[in-house]
Amino acid sequence: MTATTTTTGAAFGDRRPSRRVPTARLVLYGALVLGLLATLAPFAWMFLGSVKPTGEIVAHPSSWLPRSPTFANFEQLLSKQNFGLYFLNSTVVAVACVLGNLLFCSMAGYAFAKIEFAGKRLLFGLVLTMLIIPGVTTFVPLFVLVSNMGLGNSYLGLILPFLVTPFGVFIMRQFIRDIPDALVEAARLDGAGESRIFLRVILPLTRPALATLAILTFLAQWNNFLWPLVIAQTEDHYTLPVALALFSTGANGTNYGLLLAGAVTVVTPIILLFLALQRTFIQGIANTGIK
Amino acid sequence: MTTATSLKPVREKSSTRQPAQRSRHGSGRLRRTVVAWAFCSPFVLLFATFGIWPVFSSLSMSVTDITSRDVRTPFSVNFVGLENYTALFDDPTFVRAALNTLYFVAVGIPLTMVLSLAVAVALNSGIQRAKGLFRVAYFAPVVTSIVAVAVVWRYLYKPDGMINSVLSVVGISGPDWLNDPTWSMPALILMAVWRHFGIPMVIFLAGLQSIPPELHEAAVVDGASRWRAFRSVTLPLLRPTTLVVAILLSVSYLQFFEEPFVMTSGGPLDSTTSISYYAYQQFGFGNYGLASAASYVLVTAIALLSLLQFRIFRARA
Repeated sequence: MTATTTTTGAAFGDRRPSRRVPTARLVLYGALVLGLLATLAPFAWMFLGSVKPTGEIVAHPSSWLPRSPTFANFEQLLSKQNFGLYFLNSTVVAVACVLGNLLFCSMAGYAFAKIEFAGKRLLFGLVLTMLIIPGVTTFVPLFVLVSNMGLGNSYLGLILPFLVTPFGVFIMRQFIRDIPDALVEAARLDGAGESRIFLRVILPLTRPALATLAILTFLAQWNNFLWPLVIAQTEDHYTLPVALALFSTGANGTNYGLLLAGAVTVVTPIILLFLALQRTFIQGIANTGIK
Repeated sequence: MTTATSLKPVREKSSTRQPAQRSRHGSGRLRRTVVAWAFCSPFVLLFATFGIWPVFSSLSMSVTDITSRDVRTPFSVNFVGLENYTALFDDPTFVRAALNTLYFVAVGIPLTMVLSLAVAVALNSGIQRAKGLFRVAYFAPVVTSIVAVAVVWRYLYKPDGMINSVLSVVGISGPDWLNDPTWSMPALILMAVWRHFGIPMVIFLAGLQSIPPELHEAAVVDGASRWRAFRSVTLPLLRPTTLVVAILLSVSYLQFFEEPFVMTSGGPLDSTTSISYYAYQQFGFGNYGLASAASYVLVTAIALLSLLQFRIFRARA
C-alpha cells in the first residue's frame, strides 16, 4: 500500500503524498459525516416531533428538542384513532405473507434448482418477467378478480395476492442451486423420496436464504400501500400505511403531532428489526442485486 | 454491434447449466416432471391466478369500455380498440402526468446512481474507520414506509419547516416547496433520492468488493491517476452491477405514487401528478378501462427503459 502511494507521488512529482492523503481523507470524512447528518435528520425530527405537545409543534420558530415531552399524541392515536387495530392488521398480513412465501417459494425453488422437468424454462421465464412488472399495472383486474371471489375488504383479500412472489421463488432457486448436487444424489441413492430430500436435506441447508426471504417479505408487506389501499374499504381492515395516508390527507392533515406519532408507529418496528438484523437486511438486498 | 443474445438479462446467464444427472433408478422424465409440478403447484396456482392472469386481463381491459358498474357482468362491456389510449393522450392531465414521471425518472435515477456510487467508492476504499456505522445509517431510510416518510417530509418542507430553517442559516430563503409548481417536483425527487439511495449503495459496494484490488493497483503502477484508474478499470468492470441498479431504480421510480398521494395530491397545478397516481384516480372514478390503459403505458415505459439500459450498459462490455 505504502509502495503504491509512493509510486503515485513519483508519477506526479510535484505533489507530496504524505501530506495530500490525510487532507483528502479528512475532507472525505467531513463529507460523509455531513451526509450522515442529512440522512438522519428527518428521523430525528420525526421522533422528537412525535413527543411534542401541539403548542410546540406549531410554534414558530420551531426548536429541535421538545420542552415538555409528552406521549399524548400516541395515547390519542390508540384511544381515538384505532391505531392498535391497524397495527394488528399490518402484523397479521405481513406474517401470513412471510409464512406463505417461506413454504411455497422454497418448494418451487427446490423444483427449479434440482429437478429437470417439462415446462421448467417457460415457467421460470414467466417468474423472471414478473419480477419487473409493477403492482400498479395489475391492481385494477386484481381488484375485480378478488371482489368477484367475494374477498373484497377481507384479510384473505389482503393476503392472497402476496402469499407467493416471483421474487421469493427467484432467491430460493438461486440459493438452492448452489447446494452440491452430490448431496441430493446421495440421498436419492439411499432411496429417499423428493419430499424427504426437500425436508431433511435442502431445508436445513437453506436457513440463511429463508431468513433473507422472511425479512424482505416482511419489509415489503409492512410497507405495502397500493393494494391494501384499494382492497380495504372499511377501517377495520386498514393496515398502518393506509390508515396513516388517509388520516394525513383527510381532516387531520395539519395535525402534525398526531401525524408524526403515526409515522413513528409505522417506522419503529421495522427500524428495530433492521438494527437487530442489519447484516441480513443489507446482504439480502445486495445479493439480490448481484445475482 | 449488439446481438440478440447480449440482450438477455444478466440473471438468466447462469440458469442454462447442464441438466442435473439423471436419476439412477430408471425412473423416467415423466415421473420427475410430475414430482416437480407437485412441488410447484401451490406456487403456480397462486402465481397464475394473482400474478399472470391480471397482466393479461389488464391488457384486455385497456381495449374495452369497462367501468365499475360492469364488474359483475363482464360480458356487457364493449371492445373499443385503442380509444382509451387516444383518450389518454388527448387528456392534458395525463400528458402532464407522463411528463412528470419522465422528469422524476430522468433526474432522479442519475442523481441516485452517481451519489450512491460515490458513497460506495468512499466506503470501499476511501476510509478505514466507522465503515459499518456509515453503511447502516445511510441504508436506514430504505426500510421505512414511503407513506410514513412522506408524512414526515411534508412537515419538513413547510415554509417554516426544518429544511428552510437549515437553508436560512446559510442565507438562502427557501421556497414554499410543496405549494410552488416549480419546486414541488425537485422536492419529491430530493426525498426519493434520500429514501432510495441505500439500495444502489450496497449493491455497488458488493460489486466493488468483487473487483480484485490488484487490477486497480496495476493501473496506478503503470502511471494512471486514481481518477483515470477508476474510469478505465473500475467503471467498466462495474457495468453489470450498474445495469442491475439502473433497472431496479427504473422499476421503482417509474411507479412513484405514495409521494404525490400523501404530499401534494398531484398538485399544485398537476405539477406532481404521476402516471400511477392518474391510474389510481381513474380507478377511483370507476373508469377501469382508462386506468388499465394508463398502467399499460407504464409497462411499456418500463420495458423500453430496461431495453435502453441493456444497450447502454451491456453493448460495450
